[in-house]
Formats: sequence, C-alpha cells, structure tokens
Amino acid sequence: MAETERRDSLKEGGESATIVVFSGELDRALAAFNIATTAASMGMEVTMFFTFWGLNVVRKEDGGGGRKTSLQRMLGLLNRGGTRRLRLSRLNMLGGGRAAMKRLMRQFRMPSLEEMIAMSRELGVRLIACTTTMALMGLTEEDFIPEVESFAGAATYVERASRSAINLFI
Amino acid sequence: MKADRTLDCVGLYCPMPIVKTSQEIKELGEGDVLEVVADDPGIKSDMPAWCAKTGHEFLGIEEEDGEYHVFVRKRGG
Repeated sequence: MAETERRDSLKEGGESATIVVFSGELDRALAAFNIATTAASMGMEVTMFFTFWGLNVVRKEDGGGGRKTSLQRMLGLLNRGGTRRLRLSRLNMLGGGRAAMKRLMRQFRMPSLEEMIAMSRELGVRLIACTTTMALMGLTEEDFIPEVESFAGAATYVERASRSAINLFI
Repeated sequence: MKADRTLDCVGLYCPMPIVKTSQEIKELGEGDVLEVVADDPGIKSDMPAWCAKTGHEFLGIEEEDGEYHVFVRKRGG
C-alpha cells in the first residue's frame, strides 16, 4: 500500500493495533491475520510482531542460509518454517486434520493463510520479525518471506504497543 | 433504498466483507451510498461496528431470502 493511502486510513480510524504472534500453528496464525486485516480495514495502523514459534509463519519454506551451530542445525531440522508446514493446535492428526481444515476453508471460500498474508500487506499491516529469536535459531533476513517489512527487538514492539488501543498476544 | 454502487459479498465470511467494503468505499464520493450484499449473518453486527469506527454512516439493513442488503453512506474521515 502506498504511503499516502496508509495516511488516509490512519486519518479514518486514528488508533493502532499491535499483535504479538508467538505461536506457530496454522489456526492461531489465521486468527491473528484475521484480526490484523479487519483492524486495518477499520482504519487502524496494525503491527504484527513475530517471535519464537511465530517466526515459522513468516519464514520461507526453503530458507536456511546462515551459519549455524550444531544445536541450531538440529533445531532447524525439527523446527522448519513456511506456512504449509504449520500444524493445527488441536486435531492435527499427523496433518489429516490440517488437510481437512484447509479443504473446508476452500469450500467456504475463506482465504488461505498465504492469501491473508498477502492481503495484510496490501492493507498496510506491518510485519516485524524478532531479531533475538532469529539469533537464537540461527536465522537470517534471507530466511523470511518478502512481506516481512523489518527486523527488530522488543523495544520496537513496546513503543508501538504503548500507543495502541488493541494489544494481543497470540 | 437506492445505492450508487453495489458490492457482492455473498458466500464470503469474516474478514472478507469488511476488507472488501473498506476498499470499495474508497471508490465512492462523499455522500454516495454503498450497498453490500452478504449472507453471513455476522454482517448485521459487523457493518454498524465498522461504520462506528471509520465514521461512515450506517443507513440500515434489508433482509431478503437469506441475504442481507446493507447500506452505508460515505463520510469524510
């Protein structure tokens, strides 16, 4: 979204919303993006801060460029990123539940997580990845999808949250 | 009610009718009326809420054969 349009939407609603995405499950990520796109559509300035397992939501499927310690390599094998790898927080059933959920969502013409992420960018939602968790997991900026606007720490989140009318931890 | 523009959201669920409405309203001029047609009953509560937040004027809902025709007048922010 162009900067002028973003200013227009700010003028409409005035306030801002901040969402911490800590969880790396499909259903929780869908809920986070649903609220984010709705708040943006209601004229709010929206920031999503991805940390810990939430980083997997905005990671590329085939990232993994950076130097890693042996522990980080092991973690990387067990904790791979990308929207298609996310599980359901309940009834995942080795991916069977996830497949059923995705089929139901298509049937009811609900946007997929990938579509929600693209939509959030069009609406001017800011996606930020937590640099501390990135360091912990041995991830670099290249490991993330291009929709991620910036890389920052907790102070950035706290500063925005302190000006926000809505503040969620998902 | 007469509308200047109609937005078809039949078969769509939250957040799509609200997201589409927020984009569509940009195409209208001040004072124009947008009609949103939807079949998710959530729209009955969501559209007045969207109007309250954005400052656009909620004009009313007409229910017809399981479809909701929602009317919104564009107001400057």
